[in-house]
Amino acid sequence: MRFLARRLGFYLLTAWAAITLNFLIPRLMPGDPVELLVARMKGNVDPAAIDAMRRAFGISDASPWRQYLDYLGNLAHGELGRSITFFPTEVSTVIADSLPWTVGLVGVATLISYLIGTSLGVIMAWKRGTWLDGVLPAATFMHAVPYFWVALALVFVFGVTLRWFPVSRAYGLDVMPGLTGEFARSVLYHATLPAITIVLASMADRILGMRNVMVTTLGEDYVVMAEAKGLTSRRVMWAYAARNAILPNITSFALSLGFVVGGSVLTEIVFSYPGIGSMLLKGVENEDFPLMQGIFLVISLAVLVANFLADLAYVVLDPRTRQETE
Amino acid sequence: MKIKIGAGILVFFALMAVLGPLLIGADPAATSEDGLQGPSAEHWLGTTQTGQDILVQIVYGARVSLGVGVLSALIATVLAVAVGLVGGYVGGAVDEALSVLTNIFLVLPALPLIIVLAGYLPQRGVASVAVVIAVTGWAWGARVLRAQTLSVRRRDYVQAARASGEGPLRIVFYEILPVLLPVIATSFLATVVAAILAEAGLSFLGLADLSTVSWGSMLYFAQNGQALLIGAWWWFIPPGLCIALIGTGLALVNFGIDEIANPRLRTIKAPRKARA
Amino acid sequence: MNVLEIRGLGVDYLSGSGAVHAVSGVSLDLRRGEILGLAGESGSGKSTLANAVARLLRPPASITSGSVVYRRQDGSAVDVLALGGNELRAFRWKELAVVFQSAMNSLNPVITVGAQIDDVLRVHAPRMSRNERTERSVELLQRVGISADRRRSYPHELSGGMRQRAAIAIALALNPEIIIMDEPTTALDVVVQRDILAEIRALREEYGFAVVFITHDLSLLMEISDRIAIMYAGRVVETGTAKALHRAPRHPYTLGLLRSFPRLRGPREELPGIPGVPPDLRSPPPGCAFHPRCAMAVAECSESLPVLRTEADGEVACLLNDGRGVS
Repeated sequence: MRFLARRLGFYLLTAWAAITLNFLIPRLMPGDPVELLVARMKGNVDPAAIDAMRRAFGISDASPWRQYLDYLGNLAHGELGRSITFFPTEVSTVIADSLPWTVGLVGVATLISYLIGTSLGVIMAWKRGTWLDGVLPAATFMHAVPYFWVALALVFVFGVTLRWFPVSRAYGLDVMPGLTGEFARSVLYHATLPAITIVLASMADRILGMRNVMVTTLGEDYVVMAEAKGLTSRRVMWAYAARNAILPNITSFALSLGFVVGGSVLTEIVFSYPGIGSMLLKGVENEDFPLMQGIFLVISLAVLVANFLADLAYVVLDPRTRQETE
Repeated sequence: MKIKIGAGILVFFALMAVLGPLLIGADPAATSEDGLQGPSAEHWLGTTQTGQDILVQIVYGARVSLGVGVLSALIATVLAVAVGLVGGYVGGAVDEALSVLTNIFLVLPALPLIIVLAGYLPQRGVASVAVVIAVTGWAWGARVLRAQTLSVRRRDYVQAARASGEGPLRIVFYEILPVLLPVIATSFLATVVAAILAEAGLSFLGLADLSTVSWGSMLYFAQNGQALLIGAWWWFIPPGLCIALIGTGLALVNFGIDEIANPRLRTIKAPRKARA
Repeated sequence: MNVLEIRGLGVDYLSGSGAVHAVSGVSLDLRRGEILGLAGESGSGKSTLANAVARLLRPPASITSGSVVYRRQDGSAVDVLALGGNELRAFRWKELAVVFQSAMNSLNPVITVGAQIDDVLRVHAPRMSRNERTERSVELLQRVGISADRRRSYPHELSGGMRQRAAIAIALALNPEIIIMDEPTTALDVVVQRDILAEIRALREEYGFAVVFITHDLSLLMEISDRIAIMYAGRVVETGTAKALHRAPRHPYTLGLLRSFPRLRGPREELPGIPGVPPDLRSPPPGCAFHPRCAMAVAECSESLPVLRTEADGEVACLLNDGRGVS
């Protein structure tokens, strides 16, 4: 459990760093964000919005230390200021409305991509030297493809040309949101292409990563011994080789999460999916700094939580981390 | 073999960026009457809505995309070398602090941070975008270099240099850094690709300098020009393909190096369960 | 009498720069219930030979010639190299088990020791109930001196000696006829090493399996083995009873090994009793592969390859030898 405690400590520290970074960015970047905004809008800004922004940043004549404490205090109450785009809606409300869409889409897609990619990596390592090696060049190519480009290609082929799937929104205009089968079907239908985008773009890393670790693991004595024991190939492959190879793979998966989230943000934008990625774009387009920063903070915290979940999985899977004495 | 193919791809794009614009001569921003034309003898890769030649844009875009990539990878690599070497060599509390800093930047999602930082830039020129990307992209290299420094530091000749009273700066620059050059080079290349991807994402959002042609800004204009709905596949496919090819080239080089270091990874022709 | 007969076995490692003849023309018998020691420097082919017999070789290694025949107690013969699929799985562990060099590496680190015995039983004795399997696991562990509650321990929770005992318990699970032990005590300290050796001998008395015991430590083999085979550059150069080898080694290489104090595993290094290093097996020296290092070599040694000749209580492959020993 010392392992988990150490990791938790690290995440708390990182969360604090993200929060502090968020506080520092408007103060360290060249120019006063509010002045910047007013200048860009050529003065066409609601005075209430300017006021809201100043408050949101906690920018005042008080000492920086005082400002920092105020900022932390506001944050503790879940207060991220007011959005300029959706003025006078609170940033936290905007995020609360869009976050479930993102968590649902990116969470499920990442899970699918992880399961398929890792399994493929295992099987490809096991069947080295067969036709399955042909997947490698494709995976090598896919691993560097920009998410949003995959999204554009899917929209073009399956949305515009074949018209199989819708290419924007999270559910049909003709469906009332609610706990109905019709609504659920519409949501799944609309999520198909964005989800496939994320799966395709993130899967290559999982395939290549798992294959490499697995190939190394297959040379371990315990795998040779499992084979010598006359166990079935399936058991040697999964319970002995893959079961061990998955451990380093979890760590690299956790580290890639930030990248997946970044790509998903762009994917949402291509599909006008109403998650926080699209909100981030709205924030960017409207110079809505409170919204941008609030979203950055939420995404960071979400990635930290996901990392901690990965650590939990690691502890469950590796008995060596459960040892009390180092 | 893999290394050769990969290096070939990288050299091809590097030459395209450096020499391409000189050879092609045309102005990438020049518009013409021939809007939204598919690939033809006159326009090999077709034209945009405003009749700009896509091939010309790709060639000029290579200069900006690779330029931003290389520039920010240079900055990021300098940061990574500084943090990694100092941490690994000095050790102790300094190392602890730098490691935590590195890990924090490793965990924080880079693209959202880049987006926020870019949002604050008064003007978004190539250099400032490169700096913003570099600030978020140094951590991986620093982590790898720290680990390598730790192992090199324990080697005999470094210990001998320390014992003979050589100064730490001299040891770091003359004894350790040369050994790490291959690692630094690999990490530099990886950062170039990551930076190209980040720049593309940023341009695609309209957050980079849209007045210069880059692969990312081409995609931005393709998206906003409804290229998809019109069916102008030639507009958005080439820029993304170029980015992916550069990534593939780099990956091939890296995998090739891995296979030299770890022969088990090689794809072997004999079936695994050959009759022993 | 024999439980295993190896005839003319050859194993090559295919590499870019030509084939490495790791094992060439090895013929060896394993008698029922005996402990056969297999000795030689690292790279002499002893582990490759063992892996070939257990059918554990992987590409780029491949068997190029020869046969391995396993004889059941009823006298029927099994062509080990022709086994495939389920027959091979049944042969492994039911007839032949292996104890690897380092139990740290040969036990699966994420599964309990009990489960690693259990999965052998589950595959090979499908009729056993869960309780019977648990009982058997406990019995096996206790037999090698591990308490029953350790069944739930993971390998990292056991000491080096305990791990090696657990590996032996796994090997015993199906009462095999043959156990190959590849440097089973090399990674252990001397006291633990003694205990394990005593345990192996006691178990052999009790269960009657035959052992192929591989090590580079000839003095250790002298203690534990009934017979010993010495390998050099992929070939068997001498066999004989432990006593005969000790008293009167017939091959100059055996003599050199006896005079060397072997180091605990390490890189290929010069043995004090023998100058030089083992040959490059891609292009072994002509004639007797040992002649460049042999103090007694004559001109003919670099020309003709000595064959293994049967002598009184043993065999030797040396041109010099007239059957009286070199010492």
